[in-house]
Amino acid sequence: MEIIRDQKIVQDSWRHIEDGDPVPESGDVTVSLIRFGAERSDLDARSGRDGVRVGPDEEIDTIIADLGKLPLIAVTFPKFTDGRGYSTARLLRGRHGYTGELRATGQIFRDQLFYLHRVGFDAFEMAPGKSLSDALEGFSDFSVTYQSSSR
Amino acid sequence: MYKYNANDQQIVEERAKQFRGQVERRLQGSVLEDEFKPLRLQNGLYMQLHAYMLRVAVPYGLLSSEQLRRLGHIARTYDRGYAHFTTRQNVQYNWPELADVPKILDELAAVQMHAIQTSGNCIRNTTADHLAGVARDEIEDPRPYCELIRQWSTFHPEFVFLPRKFKIAMTGAPAHDRAAIRFHDIGVRIVDNDRGQRGFEVWVGGGLGRTPHIAKVCRGFVEYEHLLSYIEAILRVYNRRGRRDNKYKARIKILVNELGIDAFRALVDAEWEEIKDSTLKLERSAIEQIVAQFAPPTYETLVDENLAKLILGKDRELASFVRNNLRPHKAPGYIAVIVSLKPVGRPPGDVSDTQLDAIADIADTYSNGRVVVTHGQNLVLPEVRQKDLAALHKALGEWDLATPNIGQLTDSICCPGLDFCNLANARSIPVAMEIAERFDRVDFLEDLGEISLKISGCINACGHHHVGNIGILGIDKLGVEAYQLLLGGSPGNDASIGEIIGRAFGASEIVNAVQTVLDVYLAQRSSADERFVGTYRRIGKTPFKDALYGDN
Ligand code: SF4
Repeated sequence: MEIIRDQKIVQDSWRHIEDGDPVPESGDVTVSLIRFGAERSDLDARSGRDGVRVGPDEEIDTIIADLGKLPLIAVTFPKFTDGRGYSTARLLRGRHGYTGELRATGQIFRDQLFYLHRVGFDAFEMAPGKSLSDALEGFSDFSVTYQSSSR
Repeated sequence: MYKYNANDQQIVEERAKQFRGQVERRLQGSVLEDEFKPLRLQNGLYMQLHAYMLRVAVPYGLLSSEQLRRLGHIARTYDRGYAHFTTRQNVQYNWPELADVPKILDELAAVQMHAIQTSGNCIRNTTADHLAGVARDEIEDPRPYCELIRQWSTFHPEFVFLPRKFKIAMTGAPAHDRAAIRFHDIGVRIVDNDRGQRGFEVWVGGGLGRTPHIAKVCRGFVEYEHLLSYIEAILRVYNRRGRRDNKYKARIKILVNELGIDAFRALVDAEWEEIKDSTLKLERSAIEQIVAQFAPPTYETLVDENLAKLILGKDRELASFVRNNLRPHKAPGYIAVIVSLKPVGRPPGDVSDTQLDAIADIADTYSNGRVVVTHGQNLVLPEVRQKDLAALHKALGEWDLATPNIGQLTDSICCPGLDFCNLANARSIPVAMEIAERFDRVDFLEDLGEISLKISGCINACGHHHVGNIGILGIDKLGVEAYQLLLGGSPGNDASIGEIIGRAFGASEIVNAVQTVLDVYLAQRSSADERFVGTYRRIGKTPFKDALYGDN
């Protein structure tokens, strides 16, 4: 599947595994925050990389200790009008120094990219049916900003 | 007055360009209405009953004559020849075409104006005391700090999708709050602490709407340099914890109430500790640069005139005007003049394109080219020489702008109601106009004295009926418009929320009910100096209730 990473359209091989579904032996996957906590040893035994998905109402306290090792955190936006994920990103990047990939998934549209990028997201799975090349233009909506953020 | 630098200008121009693209994508169909809605809302574009409505930001209510002329030009070119000033010091156009809105934004950008964040679930225009900068009871002009908040909140990337809208108000006159800071999501009062330091008292969780709340003090003293970090801490707590499951419980007042102010404060303090010494910390030099932009004009050396002479003079209209429409100015020989946008027979706050041009000319001649929008939907000429009063009064009169009713019953506040708003239960503008007509007798109004009438067309309370001395709320009673009466509200330092008196009145009864309330007040006041709200607090609601509904 194609996503936007570092402001380019790229092929991506991460798979998001739903809570009831089996985790494959190999390949890069994300699991929910709860599962990440509960099935840690099974995940460590796999050959692929493990990332974690964080919902809008979830606290990140339980993964603070893992931030140095986590290759990917996907913050989900089931509704684009729910802006809690923006604060999650700010805390991950600004307060806790997370440097791995921070991906926005769910209802992601072009007009959010400028803000999402500023609070620290560097990868974006666009909502179904939205043009990625059109979305790339969203990064340059504004060339100056008033306040500091993650960038 | 704050003048845009190159960055400020670039941002408003880029916003106009961005919105042009969004409108084009919407018109082509690549953006669906559901996705477009929050985008247009963040640009002040609402879908009203009959058409779009565009709300333009007027930061802390301050306008130059050049901006006023541009507002008049927009009213003429893209609307139906008028504009409407709101209770949040902004201006609205009720009839723009969607395709014209990007052009209007270009027109606004050319005079350093915009519609950014005038609606939607984001941080709205910061409002201020309409006498900021000239009031005698002010300890410091709040507008430089409002401007700092404006810049910080503009496109703040973390706070574009809050649980609900977020409104901040500020006053620099701690003893006389004209900005209703106790009824805002955040209210800021400039204060001196007991060690003689100047700083900010920050209130949180006030608001009207379905469940009115008076704000509580979140922190009694915030040092200058921490203003933005403290506000950001509040916003982060609210963004993460505010309720999102129910639109009517999503304002910060509900969060503060559910957690309790102490638990809320503890969360804010913990967050603030982490960020207070970050880049949000304000440098003294940065503050001073902005303060310098609000420096007062060079005043002529004048002495105060004997205004009593005008009040006792032969020109009775001028006398009423002088008695009601003036507010003290800190410079000797100067005065702030309030221009009423509430003449009998016109919706409160409406002004025509030619009147806008005329006010701009008058401001150039008599008020250093400056005008301020008030929460009461009037305009202030803040820098008038007292010796020009008679000439100014005459000039205003030629444009039907000299109505001498500031603070009186006919200076009512009124939301758009069922004439424009698709949430309304009842009409509000016609009620305001009918009351104005019924009581439009100078002597009666003078005798009645200071009293506020506020009317909302539904429970969302845009007309602030909870804080009217007399509040009227439009409701839907089995499909028929009806009106509930509230008494005793007040927005200022003595903040109180009005009480519902009894069952609602029909459209044909409500004006008589107001008459009854006024009769009770006039009969019961202890002296002509006791204001309505004083009498109400002294005698309580029973005498009013008895008169309205019978005492059986
Ligand atoms: S109070 Fe109700 S009717 Fe009046 S403008 Fe607000 S939403 Fe509309």
